[in-house]
Amino acid sequence: MHWQLEIVFFIVLITTAFIALDVKNLLVAVVTLSVFSFISALLYIVMGAVDVGFTEAVVGGGVSGILFIVLIFKTSRRSSD
Amino acid sequence: MTRKDNNPIVSLLSRIVSPFIMLFALYVIFHGHYSPGGGFQGGTMLAAAVLLIRLAAGREISQLQFKKSWGTPVGSVGVFIYFFTGFLALLMGGNYLDYSFLPLGLEAPVTRGWGILSIEIGVGLAVMGILVAIYDDLLEGEPND
Repeated sequence: MHWQLEIVFFIVLITTAFIALDVKNLLVAVVTLSVFSFISALLYIVMGAVDVGFTEAVVGGGVSGILFIVLIFKTSRRSSD
Repeated sequence: MTRKDNNPIVSLLSRIVSPFIMLFALYVIFHGHYSPGGGFQGGTMLAAAVLLIRLAAGREISQLQFKKSWGTPVGSVGVFIYFFTGFLALLMGGNYLDYSFLPLGLEAPVTRGWGILSIEIGVGLAVMGILVAIYDDLLEGEPND
């Protein structure tokens, strides 16, 4: 139905997924993962599953990002090379 | 969270935004049975509003809004509301969670609506309490926060 919109969303989705995998800074990776989650929520809503998209936006974009940030600040990166 | 200096823009903005997130979460919970949303999403948004204040204002100030020891009791109360609604229907002669047997003195469709609403409130309270408790337990050993 909205196939042009879906193509744009898929391109942004794959781009954010690769950025989240490749980036060195973990905080940037968490923010990009939240963007990934939000774009996938938009995809669910475009496809007609409003409830699933709502859950994905709330949980993936809100709470899991907060928990990841807390875990990043709790741990430390020790790279001795 | 780890630094002690307080950014006034962040604290002011989170203080403004957090009640509106809570208001929308209550809307989502109370309209859960005829619109998208429901107990889980509303409870997660309530927890997100509490966690926003916790991230922005630090641990001592955020205790004024939602105390650290309240997480598990609120979750337990939510689970109890869910269980008690189902068990009351079981006591009145129906199946477990069969809302039309609840003793409210209304017709069956209206009784089902109120039963589903109480289930949603229970799920929302349980999700909110447990998510805030998870955050607090993750930050358990932090000295200043």
